[in-house]
Amino acid sequence: MNHKLELRNVTKTFSTEEGEMMALEDVNIEVKPNEFLCIIGPSGCGKTTLLRMIAGLDYPSSGEIILDGKEVKGPSPDRGMVFQEFSLFQWRTVIKNVTFGLEIMEVDKQEQYKIAERYIELVGLTGFENRYPHELSGGMKQRVAIARALATDPAILLMDEPFGSVDAQTRNILQEELLEIWKRTKKTVLFVTHSVDEAVYLADRVAVMSARPSRIIECMDIGISRPRKRTSIEANAIRERLLMLLGSAPKIT
Amino acid sequence: MRRPTKEEGLWLVPLIIVLLLWEFIAGYVIKNPLILPRFSAVIFSVYALREVLILDVLVSLFHFCIGLALAFAVALPLAIAMGWFRSVFKAIDPIIEIIRPIPPLAWIPLAIVWIGLNHYAAGFIIFIGAFFPILIDSYTGFRDVPKVLVETGNVLGCIGNIKLIRYVALPYALPSVATGTRVGMGVGWMCVVAAEMFGVGNSGLGYRLFQKFYFLHQMDYVVAYMLILGLLALILDRVFRYFVEDKLFRWKKGIVK
Repeated sequence: MNHKLELRNVTKTFSTEEGEMMALEDVNIEVKPNEFLCIIGPSGCGKTTLLRMIAGLDYPSSGEIILDGKEVKGPSPDRGMVFQEFSLFQWRTVIKNVTFGLEIMEVDKQEQYKIAERYIELVGLTGFENRYPHELSGGMKQRVAIARALATDPAILLMDEPFGSVDAQTRNILQEELLEIWKRTKKTVLFVTHSVDEAVYLADRVAVMSARPSRIIECMDIGISRPRKRTSIEANAIRERLLMLLGSAPKIT
Repeated sequence: MRRPTKEEGLWLVPLIIVLLLWEFIAGYVIKNPLILPRFSAVIFSVYALREVLILDVLVSLFHFCIGLALAFAVALPLAIAMGWFRSVFKAIDPIIEIIRPIPPLAWIPLAIVWIGLNHYAAGFIIFIGAFFPILIDSYTGFRDVPKVLVETGNVLGCIGNIKLIRYVALPYALPSVATGTRVGMGVGWMCVVAAEMFGVGNSGLGYRLFQKFYFLHQMDYVVAYMLILGLLALILDRVFRYFVEDKLFRWKKGIVK
């Protein structure tokens, strides 16, 4: 068993007024330990649904999701999740947000703070421990969300367009920081985005999804050595291929 | 640019104008203390009544506390159930909506028959007045917990209704509970006079105002007690805001207002 996460023939149908609608069809993905996998696809293609099923917040209509050899049956702290929208507990300070999962797990109080402190440092928010979420910028809020997701030491980090609602410059900075965090924590990361640029910059591998009923049309190795340059020729070539796969690239003939 | 320092004490100006107008109109236009006693006479009455006043205030606060504590104790669990479980809401809401529009005063006969002429009957009327605002604001808070927060809780191991209510819904809804309590306090206080009017004892602000001063046609005493009722409500509200809204909800600063 050398896969961290395995999706086998995962299918999802929704019942609507017009009858059954196929959202995801036979999705197969294998994620290696410590891999950074991005999932891209047109909006409404079910990327988020896919991630939610891995998190255990939604259930596949058929097929299996296997994490570390065990089938996913519901949500659990062994899968950390960062949502697209701001999801901090606004009544808790930064540090209390980060300790939330540990508190539920009934970890010793002092230990909670020690762990939280470490992850707060990792996301570069030392000094902001006692701030409330409304005092933070959008980028800082997502950093807290990342620290909170990591604090319970999950086997995999699931990220659903986490930088979708921050401005472009902050987004670039957060991407760099995320790569640094990934390098230091050696986590397996599954990152959903609709931005080809983001995928090319971050991922080891990119899974491209088609429009509904969605399936994985290609899993592409990025294969550019790190640290990467956003504007390198290789990056552009890959970007163009991905855009072509998504059906939005200008035809070159 | 607004300069907040300039606004400090601004409220004093209209207040003084109103009081001066009152004094002038009562003293030189109406000239009949049965219709409108002068402000200075009212102030003197407060001083003259200081001994019964303290007792009456304490008795009224006692009635108020019974009603409010009971309203809070019943409304909060019901609000959690109604806000968190859709089926409970659907099952109970029609009953609530039928009882809610009944004025608290209409409950007085039942209160007397059920409870008798005692402090608890007065407390019951105040309970009816305070209960619905607390219930409705509170269940709204529990109902509106964002899905993403519940799911964030789930993913962090906070699973099951009890844990979710304790760690996510309750803290999220607390400001709504506080708002409801504040409104409920206001309505409950308005019921104090009525609750005491029907003679549950021989003291209390409402009892004295209606059963004694009004029957004796001592309008300066009546108005003095009216002012005390208003002033006490203001103090109760300020104390509540100071201890609950400012201290407990520091995290909300900047979000509302």
